[in-house]
Amino acid sequence: MSNSDVRKGVGLDVITLGGFLIVLDVISLFLAARTQDPLMRMHAYIMLGAFTLGLAALAMRAANGITYDESRYEEGIVKAGVIATVFWGIVGFSVGVIIAAQLAFPNMMYFQDIGWLNFGRLRPLHTSAVIFAFGGNALIATSFYVVQRTNRARLAGGVWPWFVFWGYQLFIVLAATGYVSGITQSREYAEPEWYIDLWLTIVWVAYLLVFLGTLMKRKVKHIYVANWFYLAFIVTIAMLHIINNLAVPIAWTEHKSYSAFSGVQDAMTQWWYGHNAVGFFLTAGFLGMMYYFVPKRAERPVYSYRLSIVHFWALIFIYIWAGPHHLHYTALPQWAQTLGMTFSIMLWMPSWGGMINGLMTLSGAWDKLRTDPVMRMLVVSVAFYGMSTFEGPVMSIRAVNSLSHYTDWTIGHVHSGALGWVAYVSFGALYCMVPWLWKRKRLYSNDLVEWHFWISTIGIVFYITAMWVSGIMQGLMWRAYNSFGFLEYSFVETVKAMHPYYIIRMTGGLLFLIGALIMAYNLWRTARGDVRKGESVPDVMPASAAIATA
Amino acid sequence: MSYEAMAHFAQTWGMLYFAAIFALVLLYALWPGNQKTFDEAAKLAIDDDEPIPADDRRNP
Amino acid sequence: MSLFSRHVILEKNSLLLTVAILIVVSIGGLVEIAPLFYISSTIEKVDGMRPYTPLELTGRNIYIREGCYLCHSQMIRPLRDEAERYGHYSLAAESMYDHPFQWGSKRTGPDLARVGGKYSDAWHVAHLTDPRAVVPESVMPPYKFLKDNLLDGRTIAEDLKANKIVGVPYTEDEIKNARADLFAQLSEDSDDYEAFIKRYPGANVRDFDGDPEHATEMDALIAYLQMLGTLVDFSTYQADADENLR
Repeated sequence: MSNSDVRKGVGLDVITLGGFLIVLDVISLFLAARTQDPLMRMHAYIMLGAFTLGLAALAMRAANGITYDESRYEEGIVKAGVIATVFWGIVGFSVGVIIAAQLAFPNMMYFQDIGWLNFGRLRPLHTSAVIFAFGGNALIATSFYVVQRTNRARLAGGVWPWFVFWGYQLFIVLAATGYVSGITQSREYAEPEWYIDLWLTIVWVAYLLVFLGTLMKRKVKHIYVANWFYLAFIVTIAMLHIINNLAVPIAWTEHKSYSAFSGVQDAMTQWWYGHNAVGFFLTAGFLGMMYYFVPKRAERPVYSYRLSIVHFWALIFIYIWAGPHHLHYTALPQWAQTLGMTFSIMLWMPSWGGMINGLMTLSGAWDKLRTDPVMRMLVVSVAFYGMSTFEGPVMSIRAVNSLSHYTDWTIGHVHSGALGWVAYVSFGALYCMVPWLWKRKRLYSNDLVEWHFWISTIGIVFYITAMWVSGIMQGLMWRAYNSFGFLEYSFVETVKAMHPYYIIRMTGGLLFLIGALIMAYNLWRTARGDVRKGESVPDVMPASAAIATA
Repeated sequence: MSYEAMAHFAQTWGMLYFAAIFALVLLYALWPGNQKTFDEAAKLAIDDDEPIPADDRRNP
Repeated sequence: MSLFSRHVILEKNSLLLTVAILIVVSIGGLVEIAPLFYISSTIEKVDGMRPYTPLELTGRNIYIREGCYLCHSQMIRPLRDEAERYGHYSLAAESMYDHPFQWGSKRTGPDLARVGGKYSDAWHVAHLTDPRAVVPESVMPPYKFLKDNLLDGRTIAEDLKANKIVGVPYTEDEIKNARADLFAQLSEDSDDYEAFIKRYPGANVRDFDGDPEHATEMDALIAYLQMLGTLVDFSTYQADADENLR
């Protein structure tokens, strides 16, 4: 390494971040002093504490001397992201098991005087924890890893990537504590109130600038396609987040706000957001992950780079239209419903373009499916992606939707994508990255990966089949007529019929959680440098990465 | 703007516009001259060792 | 060739790539959302819609806070079985003052768009306090604590004001008297009753939670539930009128 690559001392990045944190500290102190709203005061104190801690950490870092070596990748932040991903994943899966148990055993799982443990408050906690805390941290960690590696450049922005990471954790803590104490906008997957939304906007802009700054520093001519997907994810989520959360707070010292739109326009905006949270957060971002980790793990180039370009543009163009399929047969004008359905069906093609590209990258290396359980996890995730993106367009057809909408079928569909695709591709990436980041030659145990894989896969199968059966059954019971021409079932009879399936669903979720706990143990032992006795497994680290550890 | 006028615009000019964009993307992806760039780009994920080279020779 | 060298710039320039992505992903939203604001038939012409009373709005905010929308829809679809189970299909006009909308996406419990007036206040109190005491197979959480939470109306004037900013036609008079109106709806004998009923003609006025001594969150939530779907006068609504075709 040459000396010109190394930068020492307190730079502009530390000064700007320090100044910014001081401003934020003053604002939250002022807020804590002025507000009459007890919930807002709680959040003001949380923010005050967080910003003060951040300032202290920054000061300590500056005092210890900061060195940036432009010839090395920034990996500390990726390590932190890996830990956060595993932590929030287990939190999110656990809350999921709890709310599944509430629906299966309401007599045991509800408490008369503890309102904040009710389903209505914990369900947003579950969805936000798995989507934004687990998925978001996985995306931030892998995007920071991939953007450096594929562009041959150290992460831009000095200490600002750490602001992105910790700022995002603060967003999660504010959102989660808000839900259980009753702070919500009631917009699904966008429940946090106006000031938390503002905070996320700031963090997100910093994220975009760090990502773009690294792209601009790149030492290769071409921007690798994984970065296209990550960039589309970051840019589009910013647009969706800002527009969907337009609202008027009742006062700057109060948590409550009212949406800028009402009724039908509000519904359309929300589901434009809601569906594209799936499209750009849970799909485009994770496709970026796939386009790095599948080729890297298989040690083969992407099957068709041309296909990746065509399906990228087609996917991001078409996805954004699909939102109205959440509003079939509602008071949304029919032309909008028709557009939503048409584009949802067209979306099948670019989605499968991604699946084919991911699967075919293994052509000539299919034996890895047998020998490498991590590779198998990645490939199964792509298969689940293909299945979910086939089921989705089917469910967007109005006639099918009239049966599936409002039922558990939707829940099953979401989980085949969330557990099978999003979580599995993230698990695969985690299993890849932990040995690479902590410079270990191999995982602690490949057998435990096998256990994780099979337990989780059985869990997913339990979950989605239970929800298919209960959803379709409930939809059919709602519309069943008896021989006299009257409705055959009262609503509560359909609820009663769900009971066994809710128990199966809870069991499936529990198995998935157990699998994740096995993974956490395996990753922890791997990071420590342990190797499980009695296992003879070839080193799983690709040759290129092993050089650096020598 | 009435519903009819907007629907007419979308079904003619809108469709042409989409078709044109799609054709451009296809042309770009399939253009023979881009083959070399794509072949090199496809390998970007595989060789990414440290330390970071000051000048990446594989992709000048 | 010039055309294709432009593409090369696009893929190699990260800023241009960002802008191109932004343009491509903007189109769908623009085409689907923007017309809803200016195609006049989007919201049907109906008689009877009025903004929520302060008590109903407070109840609605409790409904939102407790996440009721996660299991109960407020959107009856124009399907035969839904019309028979829940009543007339929902109109866009019925949620025109809903900031935010509460159409929901899941029916773990039944639709509530027209639950107003279907059950007695006492039934609602018993059901919300302990759902399984009334419906043994129910999976609904208990909301007994609502009866212990007293209403203070601390922010109700600000609530109405914010609603006015986003387009709900509250008058200055209604905003000024919001706090008095909040409590006036709980009794016909209150001093503010006459003024209240003039501002919100036809609103349900009574003690909702069976405890006339206290104004509670239970009062507010039941006041909201009991007016759901009852405002529009369907005897004057013409689905086939030109102005309602869409």
